[in-house]
Amino acid sequence: MNLMEILKRYRAAIIAFVALAVFMFFFPSFGPKAGASLLEQARTMLLVVPPIFLLLGLMDVWVPRETMMKFMGPGSGIKGPLISFAVGSAAAGPLYGAFPVAAILMKKGASFTNILIFIGAWSTTKIPMLLFEMKALGVRFALARLAIDIPGIILIALALKAVIPKAEVERLYAAAAAMDIKPGMPANSGPKMMKP
Amino acid sequence: MDTLILYIAAVVLFALSAIKDRERTKKAFMKGLKALEGILPQLLAVLVFVAVILAVFDAEMISRFIGEKSGILGTVAAGLIGAITLIPGFVAFPAAGELLRNGAGTLQIATFVSSLMMVGIITLPVEIKYFGKRAAIARNAFAFIFSFAAAVFVAWVVAL
Repeated sequence: MNLMEILKRYRAAIIAFVALAVFMFFFPSFGPKAGASLLEQARTMLLVVPPIFLLLGLMDVWVPRETMMKFMGPGSGIKGPLISFAVGSAAAGPLYGAFPVAAILMKKGASFTNILIFIGAWSTTKIPMLLFEMKALGVRFALARLAIDIPGIILIALALKAVIPKAEVERLYAAAAAMDIKPGMPANSGPKMMKP
Repeated sequence: MDTLILYIAAVVLFALSAIKDRERTKKAFMKGLKALEGILPQLLAVLVFVAVILAVFDAEMISRFIGEKSGILGTVAAGLIGAITLIPGFVAFPAAGELLRNGAGTLQIATFVSSLMMVGIITLPVEIKYFGKRAAIARNAFAFIFSFAAAVFVAWVVAL
C-alpha cells in the first residue's frame, strides 16, 4: 500500500483530528476535558477492540460454517433467536464491538434476523449491565426496561428485515465473506471460506 | 473487568488453538490483525468525535437539559443526547441515578438510557462499514423511536 492510499483510507480520521485541533483552538476551555475524554476513550478502545478481533480470527478458522448454520442459520427455527439473544447478552464491551462480530456471524451463515437480534441484545440486554442498572436506577426501572427491550429488539429486527431490500442484504453478506481481503484484490485470491 | 475476561479468553483460546494446530492459529492471528487494521480508520475518527461530544455534554450540561419538570422538550433532548453520546454503562448508570435523585423525571432518564444504549450516531462510521448506509441508518432510526416507547413503559411501571 502506498502513501496516497493510506492517506485516502485514513481521510476521515485525519479530518477528525484536524477538526479537533481547530475546536480546541477556538474553545480552549474545553481543551482539558476533550483531552481527558480522548485518552479515556482511546484506552477503552485500544484495550477492548484488539482481543475482540483476535478472537474473531480464531472463530473464523475454527468454527465450521455448517455449525453456525445449524445454530443461527435461516433454518435454525426458534433456536436461532434464543441463541442470538444469549450470545449478545453475554457479550462484553461497547456496541461498536458487536459489528465486527456480526460480520463474522454473517460470513458463517447466520440469518439476517438473528444477526439483528444479536446486535439488539448486545446493545441493551447485557447481563452484567443489568445488575449495574438495578443498583443505580432501581430494580423496577431495570426490569421494566428489560421487559420492554426484548419485544422491542425483535420488533426492530423484523422492521429492519422488512425495509432493507434483499439485494442489499446479499451485498452485506458478500462483503462480510470477503472481509479479510484487502479492497481491490480479486475475491478468489482470499482464503476459501468453506472447507472442501 | 470485562476487558480482563476478554484477554483471558483470548490467551487461553489461542493457547489451545496453538496446541491443536500451529499453522491455523497463525492464520487466525493474522486474520484478526488484518480485520482490525481494516476498521482502524473508522475507529480513530469515532474516537475524536467522542472526545469532542463528551467534552461538551458532561453531566452538568445533561442535567440542565433533562432536569426536573423539563417535560416533553426534556424528553426529546434526553433522546437526542443519548443518541449522540457514547458513555459506557458503568459510568452512565450511576450518573443517571444521580440525576434521578436530583429531580430529573423517570421518563427523561429512561429515554436517555435507552437511546444511549441502542442508538449510536457517533459510531455510525463503524456500523456503516459492516452494515452499509441503509441498514445502519434504519437501525438507528428505529432504535431512536423505540427509545421513547420504551421510556413511556418504564416510567409507567416505575410509577405503578
